[in-house]
Amino acid sequence: MKRYLLILFVAFVVIGCRKDVVVFIPEIEDVDKGDTIVNKWALDNEFESIDGFYLLNEGNMGSNKSTLDYYDYASGTYTRNIYGNANPTVPKEMGDVGNDIAIYGDRLYAVINCSNKVEVMNKYTAERIGQINVPNCRYIRFHDGYAYLTSYAGPVQITPDYKQRGYVAKIDTATLQVVDTCVVGFQPDELEIAGGKIYVANSGGYMVPNYESTVSVIDIESFTEIKRVEVAINLHHLRADNHGQLWVSSRGDYYTVPSKLYCIDMNTDLLTDSIDVSVSNYHLDGDSLYIYGTEWSYVTMDWDITYGIVDVKKHELVTKNFITDGTETKIRMPYGIKVNPITKDIYVTDAKNYVSPGTLYCFGKDGVMKWSVRTGDIPAHFVFLGKRKKTL
Amino acid sequence: MQVGRTEFVFVLLLFICSCVNAQQTEVPFDTLRNLDNVVVWGSRDKEIVPSQKLDGKRLESLSSFSVADAIRYFAGVQIKDYGGVGGLKTVDVRSMGTNHMGVFYDGIQLGNAQNGQVDLGKYSLDNVESISLYNGQKSDIFQPAKDYGSAGSIYIRTRRPQFDEGKNYNVRVAMKGGSFGLLNPSVRWEQRWTPKLTSSLSAEYVNATGKYKFRYRRVLQDGTTAWDTTAVRQNGDIQSFRLEGSLFGKLIDGQWNVKTYFYDSEKGIPGAIVNNVWKREQRQWDRNFFAQGNYKKTFGDYELMINAKYAHDYMRYLNPDTTLMYLDNKFYQQEAYISIANHYSITNNWDVALSTDYQFNYLDATLQDFVYPKRHTMLWALASTYSLGRFRAMVSLLGTHIIEKVTRIKYAEDDELLPGAETGTPDNTNKFTPAVFMSFRALKDSNDLLFRAFYKRIFRMPTFNDLYYTDIGNIALKPEFATQYNIGVTYQHDEEEGFFRHVEAKTDVYYNHVDDKIIAVPKGSGQYRWMMMNIGLVKIKGVDVQMNAVMVPHRDWMLNVSLKYTYQKAQDFSDPTDNDPVAGTYGGQIAYIPWHSGSVIGNLTWKGWGMNYSFVYVGERYHVSSNILANHEEPWYTHDLSLTKDVKLWGCKVNLALECNNVLNQQYDVILNYPMPGRNWKGIIKWNF
Repeated sequence: MKRYLLILFVAFVVIGCRKDVVVFIPEIEDVDKGDTIVNKWALDNEFESIDGFYLLNEGNMGSNKSTLDYYDYASGTYTRNIYGNANPTVPKEMGDVGNDIAIYGDRLYAVINCSNKVEVMNKYTAERIGQINVPNCRYIRFHDGYAYLTSYAGPVQITPDYKQRGYVAKIDTATLQVVDTCVVGFQPDELEIAGGKIYVANSGGYMVPNYESTVSVIDIESFTEIKRVEVAINLHHLRADNHGQLWVSSRGDYYTVPSKLYCIDMNTDLLTDSIDVSVSNYHLDGDSLYIYGTEWSYVTMDWDITYGIVDVKKHELVTKNFITDGTETKIRMPYGIKVNPITKDIYVTDAKNYVSPGTLYCFGKDGVMKWSVRTGDIPAHFVFLGKRKKTL
Repeated sequence: MQVGRTEFVFVLLLFICSCVNAQQTEVPFDTLRNLDNVVVWGSRDKEIVPSQKLDGKRLESLSSFSVADAIRYFAGVQIKDYGGVGGLKTVDVRSMGTNHMGVFYDGIQLGNAQNGQVDLGKYSLDNVESISLYNGQKSDIFQPAKDYGSAGSIYIRTRRPQFDEGKNYNVRVAMKGGSFGLLNPSVRWEQRWTPKLTSSLSAEYVNATGKYKFRYRRVLQDGTTAWDTTAVRQNGDIQSFRLEGSLFGKLIDGQWNVKTYFYDSEKGIPGAIVNNVWKREQRQWDRNFFAQGNYKKTFGDYELMINAKYAHDYMRYLNPDTTLMYLDNKFYQQEAYISIANHYSITNNWDVALSTDYQFNYLDATLQDFVYPKRHTMLWALASTYSLGRFRAMVSLLGTHIIEKVTRIKYAEDDELLPGAETGTPDNTNKFTPAVFMSFRALKDSNDLLFRAFYKRIFRMPTFNDLYYTDIGNIALKPEFATQYNIGVTYQHDEEEGFFRHVEAKTDVYYNHVDDKIIAVPKGSGQYRWMMMNIGLVKIKGVDVQMNAVMVPHRDWMLNVSLKYTYQKAQDFSDPTDNDPVAGTYGGQIAYIPWHSGSVIGNLTWKGWGMNYSFVYVGERYHVSSNILANHEEPWYTHDLSLTKDVKLWGCKVNLALECNNVLNQQYDVILNYPMPGRNWKGIIKWNF
């Protein structure tokens, strides 16, 4: 009897004691049959072949759980949380709230919003190269050896009210140092570089109800703001198409002003058109703008979710539901969207309740689900890893 | 076999030794008497289901700074502790959520209509005489209707003046100091003005830098260090001042008291430690004032009790950090409360009571589009107790009627009111909630073996934040219900002589479910937009085991040991679609609730010396109800030791104490990314005139 008590006691001590926490071991899952993605008819700037994609999970604010996942086409495997394993010596892992991800040259850049930095990694191994320190950084684009990064944390004005302008930081990708800044509007979000100009969507998200409503136009050569284009309140994303047009999304005010899609002519820098579709996030592939919109309705006390495609040439909403097999009913909170430019497979992520693991859905171009896989918390931002016909 | 036995004895000895380091600061005779009071659970006459209670020297010796620190030792309790002297500490009993707990200060509930949470870290133990925890409710029927209104209740009772023969005053000057730059002087003055009128005045000042070293470490699979980093917790400073004054009066067959309380503090909010951000700048100011009174009188078989309170609370939150959204919000809350409780003994074994309460709450805030809610709460409770031989029962019914009014001043640009439900006033709430408590004395001639059971259904109102906080609030929210079923047994035995003077064992098995649980859900368009909704469902199965023994190993020596253990399976059934067998939240253990938790307190006294050992254990948990490795939290446990000595100095009684907390310097988080302090020290001197 006593011996059993002893065993019980020892067992309790062994099981009940605190153990060292092991850095994250990546979890690998087979999700699809392996496939080699080669584009036989690649045009300039397009992918000749695609090896896979990275998916950046935001992680809920304060959780420090921004993680990086990778999908490999050749093996059809999805690997969760590769950063910790690739960089076991980095304290507190990748950081808090990943907000954007991009590849430029041989490097992978992950914008970690609440960690006030851009994590710079080797694009093949995700091994850390260094970091760019920019407070409250949001979105990143590249041009001619420089990275351009939006930040909310610009100069503060106290009188009459507290206001803080945002800026675009110009970063030398060789030294990872900020070499210049250009002050723009309040709380600038996404930026786009086209035609020697940088377009910045100003949101004014901290200034409710006095949202910003302009796109800042920066001359890339002089790195100064040359114009403001009045669009709509609370702007978020912008993307240039092949027809000299810039597609800008407005979040609306969540009450009376709905979310909407706007079009700017980049030759004149004037607002030319708008399309009545709610846009939370989108991806442009050729002339097809794949959109999802989640709009909270105070009338139904529920979300209105649309999965649409806009033809940017015709300025037409082609479909209001590109998911054709009913899978949309399973998706609670769509958060990220991407389209494989070669296969036209559509990727949509579900962030669910924001605090538990999300799901990545892969749809064929016919809108039928091919596979789905568990991700990290708040799966959001994609970047393809592959060979481009002509490097930027 | 022989070896096994020796080992066992050794381990047992080690275990006992570690329990034995106790403290008691009075001469054994007094101590014994005191402890007998301690171990009696509640008052056997009035309460059908006992409470867990800490009081007197037992409470004093626990190395606790705030009420929250002391409550950790109760069974079934989880504390959410964000760390440090000024860090937020809230209590969750039997996994029903903080908002279901009622905290009563000298008999009247501490309210927070704004967020429904009482920060127990704010309440110092300096002037506290006892803390009791009741599951369900206090099963005494002569109480205000509010006391029926929570799923669990904590009663904090401040010290009442007591005077030695021929002495009309007591003055105590105390000083505490130690780690975290803590400096905590306090003074208490008690005076007997007439045989029927006494007063007490207590003042306290706390100043701490809140700095402490913490360490995070990860290893590789082979056990070698991957990274290991040590830093100092910043922005955890606090400065607070408390002033509390009371008058106590005696009447023929009755009593009255009035009390005023003032608390003022400024503190830093240390925040989450995340990659590249090791220091935060947010600050918070609190100013709380309340005045309350109690009047109680017996008229033969009839008893009357009147309680009244007025409270004014101010809170300011400032985020000056330019890397985040600037915030400077001020909140002003007011509360007025009156209660009349009536009790009548129909026969010797049949009592009835009727209580009626009215409460008014108002919240003013410097928030965009704020609606300035006013809440009128009317409560009545009808209750009865009945004894039949060895069987006792209590039945109560609580009626709650709530009328809420909001003032909207926000119009859209074209001067039209905002659309939909947002313009509405919430529906009036009318709810009736019952409770049944029973006990059965199994042995004919003693109270030693008691069986008990209770059932209770109660709800909590959505808080003002849940309903109206700009953008997050949801005016369509309904109350959140908690239903509890509990059966339990207590065995206890007292002896005048011998080694064991008192032994006690209690076990309770319970099942709770919380439905229409109010949880934050994403609202789309980026992760900073949330919405409160009634979509949660949690089912909790649990067991509480408590053991207590008082031993006298030798003349002048006394040892008091208590053990508590809690098992809880608290499952999240909110989202049936999130049912992935590995990572799904459906059926997962809810956030921060360990399956296993417990505490050990050992207390050894000898003449004027006392030694106290306390141990708190919280087993493995997950920080969300998706129970996967990425969300796993390791167990944590702390050992605290203290040594006390009473001396006479120039005719005054002086208590000296030295505490060492978290002796083994464990580095742990209670809440993800909020590191807790390692080993820390405190010295205390109390001078009694």
